[in-house]
Amino acid sequence: MLDLFFIIQKLILVSAVLAITLVIAMYTTYAERKLAAFFQDRVGPNRAGPFGILQPLADGLKFMFKEAFIPANANKFLFVLGPSISMIAACMACGVIPWGSSLMIMGHEVPLQIADLNVGVLYLFGVVSLGVYGIMIGGWASNNKYALLSTIRASSQMISYEIAMGIALIALTLSTGTLSLKEIVSLQHGGHWNVWVQPLGFIIFIICAFAETNRMPFDLPECETELVGGYHTEYSGMQLGFYLFAEYINMFVSSTVMAALYFGGFNFPFLNSLGLSHNLVTLLGVGVFFAKIFALMFFFIWIRWTIPRFRYDQLMRLGWKVLMPLAIFNMLVTAVLILL
Amino acid sequence: MLTNRSKVVVNKTLTFSESLYFPAIFRGLMITMSHLFKRKVTVRYPEQTRVFSPVYRGLHVLKRDEKGAERCTACGLCAVACPAEAITMVAAEREPGQEALFREEKYAAQYEINMLRCIFCGLCEEACPKEAIYLTPRLVPSSFKREDFFWKKERLLETVENRVDVSRRLMRPAQKGAA
Ligand code: SF4
Ligand code: SF4
Repeated sequence: MLDLFFIIQKLILVSAVLAITLVIAMYTTYAERKLAAFFQDRVGPNRAGPFGILQPLADGLKFMFKEAFIPANANKFLFVLGPSISMIAACMACGVIPWGSSLMIMGHEVPLQIADLNVGVLYLFGVVSLGVYGIMIGGWASNNKYALLSTIRASSQMISYEIAMGIALIALTLSTGTLSLKEIVSLQHGGHWNVWVQPLGFIIFIICAFAETNRMPFDLPECETELVGGYHTEYSGMQLGFYLFAEYINMFVSSTVMAALYFGGFNFPFLNSLGLSHNLVTLLGVGVFFAKIFALMFFFIWIRWTIPRFRYDQLMRLGWKVLMPLAIFNMLVTAVLILL
Repeated sequence: MLTNRSKVVVNKTLTFSESLYFPAIFRGLMITMSHLFKRKVTVRYPEQTRVFSPVYRGLHVLKRDEKGAERCTACGLCAVACPAEAITMVAAEREPGQEALFREEKYAAQYEINMLRCIFCGLCEEACPKEAIYLTPRLVPSSFKREDFFWKKERLLETVENRVDVSRRLMRPAQKGAA
């Protein structure tokens, strides 16, 4: 009996999280286009529905109806596998995010987290690194030199920045003493956000997150002047759509992770002094969590439309010679402080 | 040296605070943020239109005289003047009894302007000895079909009830004498 309830509860949670992620990613494309327009004193898409609100649907439909062309010399299987991996890896990370504390439904306590892994941070890290395979496989399978070069760029960039990111995370786990995302979030209860504890770590993490999601200052894999369309040069139709879409899911996931790791997740000040019922507090917490996520996503977009990109050698230098030593320094300082 | 405008290129290395990037990034962020709330410059076209200059050179009109007869005499001067070769016409002779329809003894049985070729230079208007063709501050409507841009006489000609005002075009200094 309990098992059935458990399975149903998880199934609902999985579908809800997946649906919410996809819808948010969809509307991030809209937000990006709108905000880009606003930053440039334009109005942005405003034809499909009121304020262009149906624009993402129109974009999706357009991708669907376009021919998904596979070049003759491409490896057909891997060519299709590439975007699928990108998409799946992007979606998988949501599994360990604690979206809220828990709801009381019919006397059962339902945690708003699909799986509370005790190595949540590691899982997250592993899944995020999987994303690079999507790009690598797709670019290689295209059998196109531009795609291949861009793939090499993308993978070396991601690998370089993953190191600094990982070390920043080590510092974080040192100071929290746990790898479970749920515990990390609960530890930040009452305004003890990790940004205050780990400001340098956060800055390193957010820079690496930009690089991991291939977004502006680090969006070198796509480069019209040198590499045509980058790793998705040969892609069209919904397969291209998957690649572009995965970028937005990744952006959402990175914002979520940052909100959870550094900004207290679903915690908000005066959480328990409001005197509200448990469920209401949880729902409020979910709302607060999403507000934090959206603020971070806005920051992603804001950065993209503000600063120019790095040159590739600068990018590598920043990753290896600046961020990595800084991250190690941060880790050592954290370790020493904890020892004292 | 000759123009005194030569500049020495400085290839200076970044100072420490510059190489941190953060102050520059922060300034940039503030600039973009200020633009977020600025008034948008976009004109939402079909709903809004820009204010046109009174002498804007848009869609042509073929004029009728005061009595409602077509002014064009199919002399072909506009077609000759047209740098884009957008105008074609077929001339015909006026039959007795058609005086109310056509002002001159010869008239354009067919007259067509290809709006895709036209560059809206206004030379046809200047060339016309009969004050028969004018450009107006109207836009050529957009369309998905090429045929819709071949404007035949029937579409170019103003109707008796619905005259197109071209008085603003006549105020141009070049045409003042003629008007
Ligand atoms: S406006 Fe210029 S290009 Fe157009 S029809 Fe007249 S002469 Fe030709
Ligand atoms: S429009 Fe004027 S110039 Fe052109 S054929 Fe008619 S009368 Fe001649």
